[in-house]
Parts: sequence; C-alpha cells; structure tokens
Amino acid sequence: MRIAIPVDEKSIDSSVCQSFGRAPYLLIYDTDSKASEFIDNKAAVSQGGAGIKAAQTVVDANISALLTPRCGENAAQVIKGASIKIYKTIDATALGNIKVFIDGELSLLDEIHPGFHGRGNR
Amino acid sequence: MKIAVLSGKGGTGKTLVSVNLAAATQTSVYIDCDVEEPNGYLFFRPEGVEEEEIAIKIPSVDEQLCNGCRICVDFCKFNALAYINGKLKIFNEVCHSCGGCILFCPEKALSEQDKVIGRVQKGTSENVTVNTGILNIGEASGIPIIKKLLNDILPGPEFIFIDCPPGSACIAMESIRDADYCILVAEPTLFGVHNFNMVYELVKLFDKPHGVVLNKCLEGKNPAEEFCLEKGIRILGRIPFDNELGLLNSNAQIAVRENENYKMLFSALLQIVTEEVQK
Repeated sequence: MRIAIPVDEKSIDSSVCQSFGRAPYLLIYDTDSKASEFIDNKAAVSQGGAGIKAAQTVVDANISALLTPRCGENAAQVIKGASIKIYKTIDATALGNIKVFIDGELSLLDEIHPGFHGRGNR
Repeated sequence: MKIAVLSGKGGTGKTLVSVNLAAATQTSVYIDCDVEEPNGYLFFRPEGVEEEEIAIKIPSVDEQLCNGCRICVDFCKFNALAYINGKLKIFNEVCHSCGGCILFCPEKALSEQDKVIGRVQKGTSENVTVNTGILNIGEASGIPIIKKLLNDILPGPEFIFIDCPPGSACIAMESIRDADYCILVAEPTLFGVHNFNMVYELVKLFDKPHGVVLNKCLEGKNPAEEFCLEKGIRILGRIPFDNELGLLNSNAQIAVRENENYKMLFSALLQIVTEEVQK
C-alpha cells in the first residue's frame, strides 16, 4: 500500500509538516516494498488553493492513505473524491507515523478545518 | 468631481464625513463602496430603490466533452480545478473569474456560468442619489460590485462621494482608482494613526491629491494631528468629539439635515474640499 505524508525535509526521519497544502515535500511510502520517494510540493508557493493542488499531487501518486496532522476542506474533497482515507498523525516524525500506521493504531482524521485561504497559519 | 473618503481603521468616520458632505451639496451622488458592510443607506433611507444582481463568471464542465487532458488544472494559478477519478472538479469559491481555463480547453468542454455574488441598489434621498453595493456573505471579493458601482456613474453630477471600504487592500484601491481627490479621515488614537499611515501611503502610491479630516477631536494632544504636521499633510477640517453629533449618528440621522451648526461645519468643509480639488 502506498501512503503519503507531508514532511519538512527529504528524509524518512523528517518531522511531519504541520501544513498539508504548504508542506515543502510530500513523502510517498510503499508499505510493501518499504521504498520512499519525495515529491517537491509545487503547491507550497501557489497564490491560493494550495490544498487542492497538493491533494491533486498525492492523488496522482496513486496512494491509498494520507497521514497528516491537519487537512482543509477543499483538499479533503479532492482526497475523499479519490476514495483515499485520511489519517491523523500522532508522532512528530514521518517514520514514527509509518510504524504506528502499519500497526493499525492511527485513527481517521475527523476534524476538517475550513481552510486558511491566504490568511496564514493561525 | 469624484471625491473618495477613506480611513485605515474602521469606525473612524468615513460614512459620517461622506454622508454629511453629500447632504451639504445642492445635488450629489453618494456611492457606498464598503460592500462588506454598507451603512450609508441607513442614514439616507433612499426612496424609489431599484436593485440589480451582480454576477461573476465561473467555469462549468461538460463531462461528455472533457477528455482529462488537465490543461485547465495546470493553467489555474489559484488551483480552482482538480481532476479526480476521471472527473473534473471545480472549486467555485477559489475561482477568480479570469476565464483562462475556458480559453485554453482544447475540447471546448468548459463554458461560462453566472454566479450571483451580491447586488447594487439605487435610490434617492432628497438632494442625494444613493448607490449602495452589497456583497453576499461568504463571497471572496467585492471588487466586481465596486467596479459596477463606479462604471455606472453617469456624466453630469458635480459632486460624487465614494464611501470606501476600510483598510488599504485591493477593494480600497479599486474604490479610489478614478477619484479626483481623497479625503482621509483620522481619529486621535495611536492605533488610528498606524492605520491612517497605511492609507496615506496608499494615496501617495496612487499619486492622488489628498487632505485630512480630523474626527473625534478632543482637548489636548492629537496623535493624528501631530502625524499630519510631521508629514506636511493638508488638514481640511476638524470634527469635535461631541455628544450631540454622537446621538444624531446613533439614531441614523444626518447631522447636516438636523443641526444648523453641523450644516455650517460641513458646508465649510465642502467649500474647502472643492477649492482643493480645483487647485
């Protein structure tokens, strides 16, 4: 199964980025082959709709699950529209979350925020 | 002459000044460009009001024609489109109505569709034509409504007062774009001066002739007045911090129409502004 996590650095030990849409990199991890791939998140610098674009990127990466601390309304519509499940991260690092995800200990993200829409992180 | 009335901070007195200046003329047009919370009409209580809906263009997709090439998705700078599960999804509230996706679609699968974002009301109140822009709650930008208000001005009236939105963002810029003169309203607080400085920078950037009305003037130090003296900004007039004016205003009455002293004050201010504009 392929999963995606927004990360601050190009490393499996990287911290999870607090923003999905504006994360600098998106980690794509294959739980079967244990291969990891880092995609530059072009949405990070977009004027608006970053969540939509980042969501499009991970949908195109053919993932089955997104692990993220937060997710906005528009991004969630894209992700869920592609039948991808969104889980809430509980560990600070990407690797830590991958481990608990494989152990089945992550729960679905139930709080979808209405988005920041150019007002910055609050 | 088109005279825009603006202030950095809300609640400083833009509406007080623009409504009373308009009321002090023989005839004039008052345009409320503060489309997020217009309130000039509460004072004027215009009659014979005609209303027009304002719509913007957003794309709509014909799924039979869309072949999933994603040219529109890649083109949109605002990321208002996504392609998921073999279907194009359009986020209306993110769209900025540029029309680019429709132009670039090689399959002609996209077409324009109207989306109502607010309305414009036109009526009269004695000597004043009152035009009000109203943006629907939740809409991203009032600019299309302000454009409509300002494009609809017919040639003729000597005085046109534009009651601007607070702040110095793009809706304020759109409101002053065609103005011949800008009246900046300032209040004697440090916070007020900080925001006043922002609109002062704005009118300088737009190279607009401008002057200041000091509102809520009290005895003692006035930080807004000190700022004007320091920067050499023309002070057009002073409005006192006055119980009676506050009471009239709170009862949605127009001071010029109710009180002889204020009729004199605003008529004198109108004279000064007229001379400034003709300089």
